[in-house]
Amino acid sequence: MDRQLLILSTLCYLVATVRAALVLRAGTFKPGRFNFLMVAFGFVLQTGFLTLRGHALGHCPLTNLFEVFVFLAWSVALIYLVVGPVYQLSLMGAFTAPVVLIIQAFALLAPIDVPSAARVRANPWLEFHASVSLIAYGAFALAFVAGVMYLVQERQLKTHQLRSIFYQLPPLTDLFAAITRLLWLGFALYTVGLASGFLTGQPLPRLKVICAFVVWILYGAILQGRHLRRLAPRHVAALCIIAFTAAVSVLWAINFATQKLPVQ
Amino acid sequence: MNIFCVGLSHHTAEVEVRERYASKPGAENYLRENCGCREALVLATCNRVEVYGAAEAPLEARQIARCLLSVDEVKASDEPAFYRYEGPDCVQHLFRVASGLDSMVIGETEILGQTKKAYARARESGTAGPYLHRLFQRSFRVAKQVRSRTEITRGAVSVGSVAVDLAVRIFGDLRGRKVLLLGAGEMSERTAQILVSRGVTDLRVSNRSLERAQSLASDVGGRAVPFADWQAECREIDIIISSTASNEPLLTAAMLRPLISGRVDRPLFIIDIAVPRDIAPEVNEIEGVYLYDIDSLQSIAEQSIALRRQQIGAAEAIISEHVSAFAEWFQPGAQASLRATGRDLPALTESPLRASES
Repeated sequence: MDRQLLILSTLCYLVATVRAALVLRAGTFKPGRFNFLMVAFGFVLQTGFLTLRGHALGHCPLTNLFEVFVFLAWSVALIYLVVGPVYQLSLMGAFTAPVVLIIQAFALLAPIDVPSAARVRANPWLEFHASVSLIAYGAFALAFVAGVMYLVQERQLKTHQLRSIFYQLPPLTDLFAAITRLLWLGFALYTVGLASGFLTGQPLPRLKVICAFVVWILYGAILQGRHLRRLAPRHVAALCIIAFTAAVSVLWAINFATQKLPVQ
Repeated sequence: MNIFCVGLSHHTAEVEVRERYASKPGAENYLRENCGCREALVLATCNRVEVYGAAEAPLEARQIARCLLSVDEVKASDEPAFYRYEGPDCVQHLFRVASGLDSMVIGETEILGQTKKAYARARESGTAGPYLHRLFQRSFRVAKQVRSRTEITRGAVSVGSVAVDLAVRIFGDLRGRKVLLLGAGEMSERTAQILVSRGVTDLRVSNRSLERAQSLASDVGGRAVPFADWQAECREIDIIISSTASNEPLLTAAMLRPLISGRVDRPLFIIDIAVPRDIAPEVNEIEGVYLYDIDSLQSIAEQSIALRRQQIGAAEAIISEHVSAFAEWFQPGAQASLRATGRDLPALTESPLRASES
């Protein structure tokens, strides 16, 4: 049942992605609420899945890589639904839906839904640490989305090649402001998540701690570069894309590795 | 009942002819009282003068033209400029006009506002009855559908509006942006006026002739800057509009880089409408600087026009659907059955604006 909810949710994101791709390709994109509603519907189904899984496990469903990726996809949708309305709804949704689709499709298709060997006991600090860190990833994912939108818009303005999508994308300065706010939101949440990791009362895998700090330093450096005006907006946008890609790869790698490695 | 349209437009008549027939106050009443129209509405814009009416018997274009001039005879040379549409052709023509398909600039939206005003005027004077009411209400709905379902209004189609459109795509809200006009040409003045209408309040004008700079500055509500000092302004300016008669570039990448080195996160939009160009093309390669010359702006305007033209087919299809639906209602049989059931033509209680938005 829970997996069926997730498949239905993935289909919502697939429909939103395909529709957005078709209308953008045809140059007939019109602002509307379709993408927002599809993401919202997908989010409700994801929430249903996580609730059912959580009840079955007796705690927050973050026991394996599959659940981590579903929670990440849920976080991206959550942040979009919260901050999306501030910007141009439909197009942000058109760019967000494929990101959620890729993460969730990977979770569904990859053989990673393996029940944890050890019986995990409920630990509120551990659940808080994991969930806040993943919601921070959601904000980083939206910064990634805004970064892609910024680069698409900036490229068109520089080359004077204006396509139909040009008229739907938000202005450069608004996109840059969105990137900055999302980076700060993600960084603050990630810092809280990281700090709470030390309160779990459990020994922490060294590899996981190092990787978590690398991601924290990476985003901290981007924000510092932005704050000191050492990085041009285009570079900040590009770094958002690189950093999120690296962070998700690291997330996968450390979860994969720590399932095999003994706690250090 | 015949519904018809008689008129002339930029397609058929020069401006000298059009202005001769420009609507006079009370034209609708004159048409009703002297030309046999049961209902009459005059749509007069700078590009067209058209009479829409409902009459028991068909009316000739010449009769309408005479009524427009309030004279007994019209010039024979003017007669070929008039066109006449009746029944479904009239319906289709109005739907095309309201949707901007018959305009000089395809897809322009001003005509819809002008049509609404003409309709409101005719309603107030009591010359628009149930036939024109239904016809115009439907035309507003069609125009709205054409606008929302196609891209017929997409993009700016003049150099000045393209420049402003680009500025909005870079900065979003233009209020609080600082603009420098280099040179006091007519086109830069026009562009500056569009920027002012979009909320720009900080305009600085620099010209070799300080007197001319002061004159333009007072016209656009800005302040004059001595020509020797304009480069220093670049540090805080967001938009430069350049149109001097200089034969050498006024600004090169090497000159601009140190001027904007401290503003890494603030874009600079440069509109160079001078020929020969005032700004060296390599300036566009500087991070955060977006340079558009007259050819680039013209090319974007042409792209928009081409895009709008591509949308004509889709717009015509929407219009055809509505013409068919309207023609069904307008068939004599349908009207007779409406009268027989007591559900005659609609009452004139609806607000024209609200109805158009339905």
